[in-house]
Amino acid sequence: MSSNALAARPVIYNDEVVKKFVIAAVFWAIIAFGLGVYIASELAWPSLNLGLSFTNFGRLRPVHTSAAVFAFGGSALIGTSLYVVQRTCHARLWGGAALANFIFWGYQFFIVMAALSYVMGYSQGREYAEPEWHIDLWLTVVWVLYLLVFLGTLIKRNEPHIYVANWFYLAFIITIAVLHVVNNAALPISWYSAKSYGAYTGVQDALVQWWYGHNAVGFFLTAGFLGMMYYFIPKAAGRPVYSYRLSIVHFWTLIFMYIWAGPHHLHWTSLPDWTQTLGMAFSIMLWMPSWGGMINGLMTLSGAWDKLRTDPGLRFSVTAVGFYGMSTFEGPVMSVREVNALSHYTDWTIGHVHSGALGWVAFISFGALYYLVPVLWNRKALYSNRLASWHYWIATLGIVFYIVSMWVAGIMEGLMWRAYDKFGFLQYSFVESVIAIHPFMVIRMLGGVFFLLGGIIMAYNLRKTVTSPTTEQPRQGLETPLGGFAVAGE
Amino acid sequence: MFIRHEWFEKNALLLLIGSLLTISIGGIVEIVPLFTIETTVEHVEGMRPYSPLELRGRDIYVREGCYLCHSQQIRTLRDEVERYGHYSIAAESMYDHPFQWGSKRIGPDLARVGGKYSNDWHYAHLKNAQSLVPESLMPHYAFLAETPLQTDDIQERMRTLRTLGTPYTDEDIANAKADLLTQADPAADNAKLVGRYPKAIEASGDGKTVTEADALVAYLQMLGTLVNFADTNTERLRQ
Repeated sequence: MSSNALAARPVIYNDEVVKKFVIAAVFWAIIAFGLGVYIASELAWPSLNLGLSFTNFGRLRPVHTSAAVFAFGGSALIGTSLYVVQRTCHARLWGGAALANFIFWGYQFFIVMAALSYVMGYSQGREYAEPEWHIDLWLTVVWVLYLLVFLGTLIKRNEPHIYVANWFYLAFIITIAVLHVVNNAALPISWYSAKSYGAYTGVQDALVQWWYGHNAVGFFLTAGFLGMMYYFIPKAAGRPVYSYRLSIVHFWTLIFMYIWAGPHHLHWTSLPDWTQTLGMAFSIMLWMPSWGGMINGLMTLSGAWDKLRTDPGLRFSVTAVGFYGMSTFEGPVMSVREVNALSHYTDWTIGHVHSGALGWVAFISFGALYYLVPVLWNRKALYSNRLASWHYWIATLGIVFYIVSMWVAGIMEGLMWRAYDKFGFLQYSFVESVIAIHPFMVIRMLGGVFFLLGGIIMAYNLRKTVTSPTTEQPRQGLETPLGGFAVAGE
Repeated sequence: MFIRHEWFEKNALLLLIGSLLTISIGGIVEIVPLFTIETTVEHVEGMRPYSPLELRGRDIYVREGCYLCHSQQIRTLRDEVERYGHYSIAAESMYDHPFQWGSKRIGPDLARVGGKYSNDWHYAHLKNAQSLVPESLMPHYAFLAETPLQTDDIQERMRTLRTLGTPYTDEDIANAKADLLTQADPAADNAKLVGRYPKAIEASGDGKTVTEADALVAYLQMLGTLVNFADTNTERLRQ
């Protein structure tokens, strides 16, 4: 290989597709948070359901979860992965610009199709896997192409080693492919109908679904975003990853153990006890690799903690790792059967999910977005660090409102459902617990409003970063059209 | 060490295959035995496939996302059994494509709601839940009673389920439309229907148009009623 000659040439990265994903991530963030606020309001004031089929909670909730996980989270993940893989491999994206563009538009088409199908009344009735069979097939095509582009870029890299962030991105891509295909196995009632029936029944179906559901958390919302952490925190902090050995150990243990944890969603159910016990045992063990990642992320700040005062993007990333540590401790606790007996079916679970989704997933994405926008659009800095700080504090306050209200509501529900009076009868009817949690539904909604406001501030700030004259780079003396160079690896 | 991590760091395909193998183990160990261990699903009397109208009602239950607020899984806990009835057993969801155990109770569990309320209560409650339970958070589903049920693809639905393993007979499928109309109409003679689908409860349709509400009520009224727990002992329920 004449790698020396290649390395000497500048590589022109495909940043156009990354820019598109960044814009999409910001757009979907606002939609997802806005929908979250709306359906949270429906749970506080049910008349907001309006009695229309497409505005009722049951049809809107999947739109919210898909917008948050797949539209916002997915766009942030795919966008950053395509950015990181090019930078750390020192190679332009494999497959050319047209293929990258197809992945972008194909993925956005998937999101819009899925959202429309839910409100129109098409659902597989599987949490986080609601799209019907034809949309699933479409996503499979897009996802396999995404895998090829990512893998192709890794293979043609001009660096000897594959950087740790890419291990996590690759594990995320391949595992999501496996989960998606197995969980969505279904038979349409005819080739012309959007309706299908899933391949599995009852107890087996339940475990397949929660094997999928929990690992959508484990690989989409964890492994992928750990990849993000492993690139953007060292970059923003200007420090190398704290421990290379720790990253190896926690990578393999994390991906090995996560896949076992699904049965903890089915404690005390008709799922056989042995499966429940296995799921619980691995969920508890999972605490260790999770904290391995947290320690590696936080300790990377060693010697650079002062940057938290000056870099609001880094502040988001580091707080995200803190929330990651908290929710990956809470998760194993909730997976213990005796705790789960209280927490399951209650709002505690909803609070737990959001400490992960808002605190970890959204915050680590915000950190990456604040880093990426000035770099991608060639601006010298963010438009306003002050606005980013406002975003940080208002969003953090929103999360605190959200999590605390859900802890209180969830534990209260759990305790009321199992309370006995002095005669040995159940003390409360179900609806009494509904009445009791009303104030916390309102507080939760307010937390969501804060988080949404923060998102709007971010969108404004990023928009101004791209357009404001104050953020323009000072002119370079030499203006060479980069397009004149041959592109390395092409 | 025989395995050097450098191999994975320098070979993308090896990293891919290594990851794939690592993530496969847990799923295989936990999921495959559920299909092979015979006692996973208990052998009990009374379970039968859904009648055509119940099946369509269940499709509507899935379509509207009812599972997002209502569980169908009574856990083996004292308070749940006292509140909702006998704990759910695996056999009771053996014909469920997909399972609808749910994960959150914004409303109460529905695993044994069948027979707890009258048909009239259900129609009124679907239309306006707050008229019966003022503090309820449930949306209004008045449109279900105004929407005619799509019935022309009922045989395709049953054939698809048969391919997936539901034991519908040729006779069941041939009579699907008639059974569906019979179950929706309280005035119709239901002897043949009950012969094919024991314990099927008739909805309270108007005898002219079958609505989506009729189907959903028929489904809700049979939930958790098929297995007679008086005839079953814990030994037989052991997994």
